[in-house]
Amino acid sequence: MRQAIAAAKTVWECVRTVSGDNAYERYLAHHAQAHRGTVPLTRREFYAQMTEQKWSGVSRCC
Amino acid sequence: MGRKVLGVVLAVIAAFAVGGIALQRDEPINALWIVTAAVCIYLLGYRFYAAWITAKVLSADDTRASPAERLNNGRDFVPTHRWVVFGHHFAAIAGPGPLVGPTLAAQFGYLPGTLWILVGSVLGGCVQDMIVLFLSMRRDGRSLGQMARDELGPIGGIAALIGTLMIMVILIAVLGLVVVNAMKHSPWATSTVAATIPIAIFIGFYLRRLRPGRVLEGTVIGVALLVLSVWGGGLVAQSESLRGVFDHPGAPLAMAVIVYGWCAAILPVWLLLAPRDYLSTFLKLGVVALLAIAIVIMHPVLKMPAITQFVDGTGPLFTGKIFPFVFITIACGAVSGFHALVSSGTTPKLITKETDVRLVGYGSMALESFVGIMAMIAATLLDPGVYFAINTGAGVVGAAAADAVRTISDWGFPVTVEQMQALAKEMGESTLFARTGGAPSLAVGMASIFGTSFGRGLMSVWYHFAIMFEAVFILTTVDAGTRVGRFMVQDLIGQVWKPMARTSWYPSILISSTLIVAGWGYFLYIGVIDPNGGINILWPLFGISNQMLACIALSVATGILIKKTNWKYALVTFGPLAWLALVTTVAALQKIFSADPKLGFFAAASDMAAKLAAGALPADRAAVAPQLIFNQQLDGWLTVFFTVVLWVVIGDMLRVAYRSVRGLPVPQGSEALYVRSQLNGAAGDLHGVGTASEARA
Repeated sequence: MRQAIAAAKTVWECVRTVSGDNAYERYLAHHAQAHRGTVPLTRREFYAQMTEQKWSGVSRCC
Repeated sequence: MGRKVLGVVLAVIAAFAVGGIALQRDEPINALWIVTAAVCIYLLGYRFYAAWITAKVLSADDTRASPAERLNNGRDFVPTHRWVVFGHHFAAIAGPGPLVGPTLAAQFGYLPGTLWILVGSVLGGCVQDMIVLFLSMRRDGRSLGQMARDELGPIGGIAALIGTLMIMVILIAVLGLVVVNAMKHSPWATSTVAATIPIAIFIGFYLRRLRPGRVLEGTVIGVALLVLSVWGGGLVAQSESLRGVFDHPGAPLAMAVIVYGWCAAILPVWLLLAPRDYLSTFLKLGVVALLAIAIVIMHPVLKMPAITQFVDGTGPLFTGKIFPFVFITIACGAVSGFHALVSSGTTPKLITKETDVRLVGYGSMALESFVGIMAMIAATLLDPGVYFAINTGAGVVGAAAADAVRTISDWGFPVTVEQMQALAKEMGESTLFARTGGAPSLAVGMASIFGTSFGRGLMSVWYHFAIMFEAVFILTTVDAGTRVGRFMVQDLIGQVWKPMARTSWYPSILISSTLIVAGWGYFLYIGVIDPNGGINILWPLFGISNQMLACIALSVATGILIKKTNWKYALVTFGPLAWLALVTTVAALQKIFSADPKLGFFAAASDMAAKLAAGALPADRAAVAPQLIFNQQLDGWLTVFFTVVLWVVIGDMLRVAYRSVRGLPVPQGSEALYVRSQLNGAAGDLHGVGTASEARA
């Protein structure tokens, strides 16, 4: 049972990562580790930047 | 040892299934044979060929730090678990191409297309995607165009840029045509597709203002609204007053798509494009999974013959013999040059370990190819008579239903007017005759699969769900493609006139968007007014341009492999390149020089001009004839241009290869230097190595 819950959690994390749902949390974690002492972007600013960046290249196909 | 046993077992099953497909000539075959053969062949290719290429040809080295590790910035460069990158990459490469191509190629029977989807992907498309991904990763995520410039020289670079721009224009036009043909005189489809726009905008606001970045939440709400819109479309179609609002012929719908595309290109991405993409990705993954399950549950018998008489080149959907046109038509399901752009875009910046490219590059394309197999099954489980009645333009079989069924039955594929009417009624449409473009016939096939597996009462809802799914998919590509095209135009003009290169300068945005939309809008409009349905002209043109782009990508890869390894290893990309160059060139030459007006562009132009001069055309056709004549000539010159670009790049690659083998100086290229990876063997946890995991510690 415990294993099943752990597996479900892994799948859920995977879904969140693929969809970009936890991108901000991951950014915060990276920021806390790599840029200690500076102020991170807010959730709204981060989402705006991500969206702009994702769509400035070829990211969808035929 | 275990590996060998697995390989032998897979090979036996694959041989058995392929043998079963090939030998069951006179009796109908079950789709499960094809599914089994496909899965075994993909696994064999992945397990052995892809593993050999990564180890020997590419010398993928997990002790070498990937750009994601070296340049980790928590945003675009992030070491990410390989299954997550696989998901990202598959969502990026999967588009409507593998749904449409196999549907059209089914006119040759199920066998030729199926074989090419399998062989072409395992030996060509998957290899191309994986190697381009690898090469770009070794070069800090450089784009295909940049790699062409660095590794071959400026000529290759410019050819790649122009080739990409042209394919984009043709691609968007043909996809727009598919959507327009699916909406033509269908209030249900039109209202549902129209409803996707306000839904996307609402989700855009939701993700930007209400709940910033809560992607899954927004997506689930949006998908629920989309499903509601399918149901709502049914109410619209039944309502006497509303039906008229959404019941339109092709031309105004095409204008609507053109205006929509222009708006989408100049509006901020968060408003329309980004939310639409979340919805389309969710639907895409969901429908692919559901379709696979439903095909296994239904295990339909394919009613289309293995091979039809149309291999001789007289096919009604498009003219041309099986060689080379089955390869040109399947395009994306087997090899897609376009994937090389994605493989050298965001994906290489996420790879944690070099050997991950096997799963991400090769694996994603294998899955994409499987989508093509499912589309082929959906097309060939229909009665062949029904398939041809839906997919053949009125210009070929006549506008009257009685004429169409007589012609198609005479081909040996019996169908009746009553049968078509009953089917149309079941699907909630007024007619299914001459609904060219592939989307309606695919939707009928998908509705039968879903209906049989999950409940038959809702056929019309399943049909319009499938149409909505295809339309959302396609409109995302239209939006994204127009935007990419806009950047390319800004880049190109910016080299001559600097201010244009500023991507966020509004006059530059307006000028470049208008240019690119005018480009594809022109081809879309001509396709709509063409009495033969337009697809028969545009799809081969798209196929040729897409395969040409694949040739450019494979040329770049071959050039690099020859410089980096020995020439024998370069055969893994040179082999597919030689075949595709042959196929593309033969197809292009036939489209240019054939004297058959159904096949050759110039022959068609002069044939129509002669008929127009002799007054042999009916009034409605005579009115559009001058435009069609001009268009055929333009298509002919475009094909000439594609062929020249193709051989310029191949020539440039051969020049570099010759110099490299002779030991003469060649462009040094831009491969990053070796840096030892600090990440241990396990390729990252699911959060992305170096971010969440280290923060927890």
